[in-house]
Amino acid sequence: MSTKVALVTGASRGIGAAIAIDLAKKGYDVAVNYAGNKERAEAVVKEIEAIGQEAIAIGANVSDESAVGDMVKQVVKTFGSLDCLVNNAGITRDNLMMRMKTEEFDEVIDTNLKGVFVCMKAVTRQMMKQRSGKIINMSSVVGLGGNPGQINYVASKSGVIGMTKTAAKELAPRNINVNAVAPGFIVTDMTDALDEKLKSSLLESIPLNRLGSAEDVAKTVSFLASDDANYLTGQVIQVDGGMVM
Amino acid sequence: MAETFDRVKKIVIDRLDVEEDKVTKEASFKDDLEADSLDVVELVMELEDEFDMEIADEEAEKIQTVGDAVDYINSQA
Repeated sequence: MSTKVALVTGASRGIGAAIAIDLAKKGYDVAVNYAGNKERAEAVVKEIEAIGQEAIAIGANVSDESAVGDMVKQVVKTFGSLDCLVNNAGITRDNLMMRMKTEEFDEVIDTNLKGVFVCMKAVTRQMMKQRSGKIINMSSVVGLGGNPGQINYVASKSGVIGMTKTAAKELAPRNINVNAVAPGFIVTDMTDALDEKLKSSLLESIPLNRLGSAEDVAKTVSFLASDDANYLTGQVIQVDGGMVM
Repeated sequence: MAETFDRVKKIVIDRLDVEEDKVTKEASFKDDLEADSLDVVELVMELEDEFDMEIADEEAEKIQTVGDAVDYINSQA
């Protein structure tokens, strides 16, 4: 059997890097997409190669359709197939609704929502041909429960859930599974930037009484990518220590 | 150009799993050959590969019958 191939967007750091590395541990060759930080993406590539899998770093803004098209072509050309897409790339521009500029709203929607659409669309052709594929979209528990100061981010993450279900229905006849993962409060650069008060109040709301790690999320993604999840599609799996039930 | 028709016909038979004699130039993919919208998208993708061309979405939407596909391909040749 040939090695399976995964493309992980926003994989130069945080949850994306953990996903890329965990997939490599599970035997995938991995394309590590990054938007700006080539150095860190190359470091993730090195780490994957040390595990014994092949990897390449590809720079592309996920909301740029032609760049994403080129990226997918490069993945297929390099590795010969594309079995798994993980739409992880995401940004925040937090602000209270009353103070939020429409530019801040648009930027987040562009990357987090349109980016997922563009990337799903771009891999569909290859996966339809293969008659198999796994697409995993990163949502967030705030997409389910809302969160003050993040109306743009919440809109994008709720939107991802709707797109996940729609893509799951459209692609099911071609044996392509589409699921979403909704992480809770995970320790990353993105959550480090959150206000201390908000952090401690969030911790109180987590039944398992700890913050999640990027690896907690990565392992769920690896499961959804695997053959063990072949009968699972259109679902939102929360990895949040019980935060939202 | 009979050759184009034959190549298109082969792909249609293969992809949609239909009898050869049903694949006429007049046959509509959706009405006569029982293709759903995803089948048609996929068929267009295969035609692009077979004839080494890119068919724009606006053009692809106009392709309803086997003859439409053949005519479009010939017009680009």
